[in-house]
Amino acid sequence: MAKYKMHLLVCGGTGCRASESEAIFQDLKTALLNRGLENEVQVITTGCFGFCEKGPIVKVMPDNTFYTQVTPADVNEIIEEHVIKGRKVNRLLYENPETAEKVEDSKHMGFYRKQLRIALRNCGFIDPENIDEYIGRDGYQALGKCLSELTPEQVIEIMKKSGLRGRGGGGFPAGLKWEITRQSKADQKYVVCNADEGDPGAFMDRSILEGDPHSVIEAMAICGYCIDATKGLVYIRAEYPLAIERLKIAINQAREYGLLGKDILGSGFDFDIELRYGAGAFVCGEETALIHSMEGLRGEPTMKPPFPSVSGYLSKPTNVNNVETFANVPVIINRGPEWFAAIGTEKSRGTKVFALAGKINNVGLIEVPMGITLRDVIFEIGGGIKDGKKFKAVQTGGPSGGCLTHRHLDTPIDYDNLISAGSMMGSGGMIVMDEDDCMVSIAKFYLDFTVEESCGKCSPCRIGNKRLIEILDKICQGKGTMEDLDNLRNLSQVIKDTSLCGLGQTSPNPVLSTMENFYEEYIAHVVDKKCPSGQCKALLQYTIDEENCVGCTACARNCPVNAISGERKGLHIIDQAVCIKCGACIEKCKFNAVFIK
Amino acid sequence: MKPEETDKTKPIEMATIKSLDDLRKIKSEVQTKLSLRERSNHPEQLVQIRVAMATCGIASGAKTVMDYMVNELDKRNIAAVVTQTGCMGYCYAEPTIEVTIPGKDPLVFGYVDTKKADQIIEKYIKNGELVEGIIPVNYESIEGK
Repeated sequence: MAKYKMHLLVCGGTGCRASESEAIFQDLKTALLNRGLENEVQVITTGCFGFCEKGPIVKVMPDNTFYTQVTPADVNEIIEEHVIKGRKVNRLLYENPETAEKVEDSKHMGFYRKQLRIALRNCGFIDPENIDEYIGRDGYQALGKCLSELTPEQVIEIMKKSGLRGRGGGGFPAGLKWEITRQSKADQKYVVCNADEGDPGAFMDRSILEGDPHSVIEAMAICGYCIDATKGLVYIRAEYPLAIERLKIAINQAREYGLLGKDILGSGFDFDIELRYGAGAFVCGEETALIHSMEGLRGEPTMKPPFPSVSGYLSKPTNVNNVETFANVPVIINRGPEWFAAIGTEKSRGTKVFALAGKINNVGLIEVPMGITLRDVIFEIGGGIKDGKKFKAVQTGGPSGGCLTHRHLDTPIDYDNLISAGSMMGSGGMIVMDEDDCMVSIAKFYLDFTVEESCGKCSPCRIGNKRLIEILDKICQGKGTMEDLDNLRNLSQVIKDTSLCGLGQTSPNPVLSTMENFYEEYIAHVVDKKCPSGQCKALLQYTIDEENCVGCTACARNCPVNAISGERKGLHIIDQAVCIKCGACIEKCKFNAVFIK
Repeated sequence: MKPEETDKTKPIEMATIKSLDDLRKIKSEVQTKLSLRERSNHPEQLVQIRVAMATCGIASGAKTVMDYMVNELDKRNIAAVVTQTGCMGYCYAEPTIEVTIPGKDPLVFGYVDTKKADQIIEKYIKNGELVEGIIPVNYESIEGK
């Protein structure tokens, strides 16, 4: 049996494959076979290294040599020099662009690793159901340090210095929120963790709670210490059964260890956490609606002020933070605010977790320093667009956000840049779209969601969004007019200006941003009655080509609504009034005679 | 060594932690335990496997893979510790597992079903031979920062 001494890892990611990594793989195998080394050196393809810009990548193990921009012509040199003589091929090594030095061991490369995991530090590393593993990774050290070495004011000062902003989307400075809640006087205060993650395509909070529940518990206790609260509540949606189970286990373990409960670590500080289940209403992610839902009332928002930090749960001062915000806290305390503030951009410190979804190769959960560009996220970490299609847009911020296009690919991602680009950070969903997606339909999809989720309390949101979607529907049906486009824009502005809460104030964003960035698509739908990406069925027309049709009757036999007529061996015709645009005729035609106009 | 069977609502030795010093003591104890796992006296015998078990992993079959790993490693007399963990972030390649052979860097494998798990045991764990489906680690941890 073969006992390999060395492994050659060839990147099989889409980017590298497009630049001949498959040929490199084959050539390496052949070259080894020719030299009789096939039992000593193994060649294997791997997933994407996330360094597509410098692809194709070949990594040599065990010495961790990282070759970049390898071509099939380099194969013999790699074998002769590195494999046989043990000398690295210098010209293929990665060059550190700052020092212009060649990097020999990929462990020192750091640079190509565009992700940095702070909130996700333990996710996928520790057993979430074992508190000891969390403690072994500095768990509860930050709480201990706060309780025995720091005053609440000092901890708040650390939080303010770190520059951590709310990760739920709003981006409000966390330290400042804690300070305001601390300054509100009351006999009882509350710490609330907002785990009501509702954006379509976002799952970072669930993943943190499932992978590292103790980090949230520890941070909530620290927050409680700072604001003088003895009670914490996690508002979590009932659709997250595993997250709930792991949180429960974690809370019980923390109680057993005395890390929750009375007199924590002998400091005299009491703190305990309870869970509250949400029924999965999007609006309950809004903090006032969330609080009402916890009180047993309807999940409807109320006017701010008063802010929850002054009058929240049961009219007591309440500090509401999102799961990911909390997950950052212990690290900030342990490593100091300067460490954290050195990561990211001037106004957005630290990292952000994104859920990459849509037409992208490496769908997944990533954590990147603020200030990284969309291009890096999509084409490096995300491995580019599926099936080699063209990138069209990326939707950030969920139903409250907007679409960014290729114009924004090199914009550094942070709270403020995303807002000036017409979108927002949101909770971190990133849905990538390719050339086949119709932007009018996308706007309609998100609006559909908001209409469904609107609580109905204020009329701009309840009625206005309904009207918006009716206009969009009309446009998709090919019945839109230029006046409709004006109405869309005006109505959107009114809804933004007059809605009661964040849900309504941001709900027209998908419409406005697609109109801003893809106005020509709206025009195509309205003026030319065409859907450029072929998504709006009502605007498609199936026709049979006279030249190609041989009259085989296959289309007519398969048409579910008998819309096709024609004699055997004669030209067939589709009756447009009957056709439901199902596409069965195109599928069945062997002569490419059916086409879409 | 078999994976520890615990009542999941309770940690192994539960005693109340009364001070920060207590906590630090536990931390160093646990760290020795954890590093023992990684660098035992018989490095050739102890393999550590982490199975990503978030909702999405479980939905794509991680539980089956974990059970298979536990049973098969035992049957084939390979000393290993199989633990569950949270999401590793490679959603496109679920189920994912991380295999650490002592003395070697951890390797993450994606698209693991029981067939692939069998290959990983037979080829990688027993023989050091790589199998398809490796996902290169593409992030930096805070330890490195």
